[in-house]
Amino acid sequence: MIPSQEQEKWMYKHMLISRFFEEAIEKIYMEGKSPAFNMANGPIPGEMHLSNGQEPCAVGVCAHLNAEDIVTSTHRPHHVAIAKGVDLKGMAAEIFGKTTGLSGGRGGHMHIFDPAVNFSCSGIIGQSVGPAVGAALSRVMQQKSGIAVAYLGEGAANQGAFHEALNMAGVWKLPVIFIIEDNSWGISVSKRASTAVERNSDRAASYGMPGEFIPGNDPVEIFKTVGLAVDRARSGLGPTLIEIETSRLAGHFMGDGEAYRPAGEKEALMKVDPIPVMKARLTDVYNWSDEDDAELVSDAHRVVDEAIKFARDSEYPAPEEAMEKVFV
Amino acid sequence: MTQVKEKERKLTIARAMAEAIAQEMRTDEKVFVMGEDIGELGGVFGNTRGLYKEFGPVRVRDTPISETAFIGAAVGAASDGMKPVVELMFVDFFGVCFDAIYNMMAKNTYFSGGNVTVPMVLMTSTGGGYSDAGQHSQCVHATFAHLPGMKVVAPSNAYDAKGMMVAAIRDPNPVVFMFHKALQGMGWLGTEKDAIVHVPEADYEVPLGKAVVTRPGTDVTIVGITSGVHYGLKAARILEEQGVSAEVLDLRSLVPLDRDAVIESVKKTGRLIVVDEDYHSYGMTGEIIATVVEAGVPLKAAPQRVAYPDIPIPFTPPMEQWALPSPEKIIEAFNKMKEV
Repeated sequence: MIPSQEQEKWMYKHMLISRFFEEAIEKIYMEGKSPAFNMANGPIPGEMHLSNGQEPCAVGVCAHLNAEDIVTSTHRPHHVAIAKGVDLKGMAAEIFGKTTGLSGGRGGHMHIFDPAVNFSCSGIIGQSVGPAVGAALSRVMQQKSGIAVAYLGEGAANQGAFHEALNMAGVWKLPVIFIIEDNSWGISVSKRASTAVERNSDRAASYGMPGEFIPGNDPVEIFKTVGLAVDRARSGLGPTLIEIETSRLAGHFMGDGEAYRPAGEKEALMKVDPIPVMKARLTDVYNWSDEDDAELVSDAHRVVDEAIKFARDSEYPAPEEAMEKVFV
Repeated sequence: MTQVKEKERKLTIARAMAEAIAQEMRTDEKVFVMGEDIGELGGVFGNTRGLYKEFGPVRVRDTPISETAFIGAAVGAASDGMKPVVELMFVDFFGVCFDAIYNMMAKNTYFSGGNVTVPMVLMTSTGGGYSDAGQHSQCVHATFAHLPGMKVVAPSNAYDAKGMMVAAIRDPNPVVFMFHKALQGMGWLGTEKDAIVHVPEADYEVPLGKAVVTRPGTDVTIVGITSGVHYGLKAARILEEQGVSAEVLDLRSLVPLDRDAVIESVKKTGRLIVVDEDYHSYGMTGEIIATVVEAGVPLKAAPQRVAYPDIPIPFTPPMEQWALPSPEKIIEAFNKMKEV
C-alpha cells in the first residue's frame, strides 16, 4: 500500500506540527526552571516526555485512521495525539494546566483525553493495551465500524499487561493493532539489556497474530505496512503486532542528562532526523520546492503558535474545582 | 380484612445478582459479562448462573486467566459506550490487575475532566471463615474504598444485592460490587439464612450510598457491612435477651459513605460499635468512628471496633475462627462500654 502525494504531504505536515509543538513546549518548559531546575516551577510543571524523533510512528499509522477509530497512547503522547487530530489548543492548555484544557487541567501532559477523536493515553507503562482491546471488542459487539490502535514503547513489551492483552486479542480475533515504538531506551536501560529477544515483533507468534518489524524510522515504510494491518483489522481478520524502529532525540524526560547514552549515539541519530529526511524525500520524489516547504513550515508554525498562545492566555481553574468530576 | 400480599420469593444473593444482570441484559444490549468461569459454569459463586444459556458466548464471555487484560478491556469498552460487568473471582487477586482498576478505571473520568465515562461494574468475592487462608479469604474493603474514583458497595442480603446490582449497572461511574462468599447461599461455603430474603421479581434499584437500619434500637448502634451486619444482628438478638436495645445499621455502600445515617443513629443511642471483617487498622471501622467524633456527636462511652486482627488470614480452623469477628466479640465490646 503506497501513500499518495497528498498523504505524504499530510504526514510531513503533521511531523512538522508535532516537532514545532515539542520545540515550543521544550522552550517554555524551561521558563522558571533556571538557575535551579525544579520540576514544579514554570508555566509547564511536572514531567515532560518529548516525542522528537518519533513522529514517523505517529503519522505513518494515523494516516490510515479516521476520527471514529480509537487510539490509546503512552506517557509520551503528543506526536500521536497531533496525528490523530486531537484539538491542539485544548491539548496545549491541558499541558499548561489551564481551565480551557481538554480536561480542565486535571490530567496534564500524560493524561490527554479527546473523545471527539477517540484519543486517550496513560502514564502507566503497558496500560494502553487493555483498553484498546476492549474498545475493539466494543466495536465488534456493537457492530459499529472502527478499529483500535494501542501504542506502547519497547519497554512496555516486557510488562505482563502487554502479553495478557495480546493473547486475549488473538483468542478473540479483534480489530486492534499494537504499535511498538522502539526507541531502544527505557529511561536509561537499553533494550538490549532488558529484552530477551532481538525483535519484539517475534512475540506475535505467541499470540496467533502476524508480527511486523519496520526498520529505518521511515514514515512511508510505516504507512505501507500499517496499511495492510489496518485492512486486516477492518475486514475482520484480527489483530497485528507492529514494531517500529524509531529514535528518541530528546531525553526520557526533560532534565534527563542522558549520560547513559554511548558517545556519538545522539549525534548519529540527529543525522537521520526523520524530518529533514522526509523533506529530502518529498524533494526527490515530488520535486518539492523550497517554496512548497516554506508554506507548510509556516502553516505548521502558525497552528502551533495559536495553540500555545491560547494556552498562555487561558485562565487557571479555580482550585476548589479539583473536587469536581470524580464522579459524573 | 384480607391483605393482598406478593407471594414470598426467597432468593440467595447469588441468584439475586444473576437475576439483576439478566434483567439489565434484556433491556440494554450494551450490558455484557466478562470474567473467568462466568460462562457455562455460571460463575464459581453462582452469580452468573443461567446467563450463558440465555445470552450466549458473545455477551457472556469466559476470559483467559488474565485479569489485567479483561479489566483493562472493560475500561476501554465502557469508555466506548458499552456497560461491562466483569468478575474478579476473588478480591485477593487484585494484586495482578490493580493498575487497570485504580489507575485506569477509577481515574479516567477525572483525568478527562468528566468527558469520558467508565460505566462498568467490577464484581468480586470477599470473605473467609471456611479455611481458604489469606490469599482467598480477605475482604480488603478499605483498600478499594480508600482510592478515589470508584464506588464501592457490598450487600448483606439478596434484596439489596439485586437492587444494588441494578443500580450499579445503570450508574455512569465504575462500581466495585463486593459479595461475601459466606452470604452467597452456596451450600459448600456455608449458608447465612438471614441473607436469603424475599426478592421481588420486577426490577428495582437500591440506591448506592444509602445505609439502612436493619434493626432499630435505642441503646447502642452497631454499624457493619456484609458479614459484619449479620454478626451485628446475632449480637443484637443476644443483647435483647439482656434487656439491651441494639440498633443495627447496614452501610451497604462504602463509597459513597452515608455518614449522615451513622451520625443520626449514634445521636440517638450515644454508643457505637463498628464491625468489619476487613483488617483492623486504617480501615472502615476507624473511618466510621472518626465520622462520629468529627461530627461532635455526644457519646456515652468510647466507641469500639470489632475487626479482623492485623495478620494474614490463617488456614487452620482454630486460628481463623478465633480471628474472625463474632457476636461474642461485639457483646464483649458492649460490656466494655458499660464499664466506663
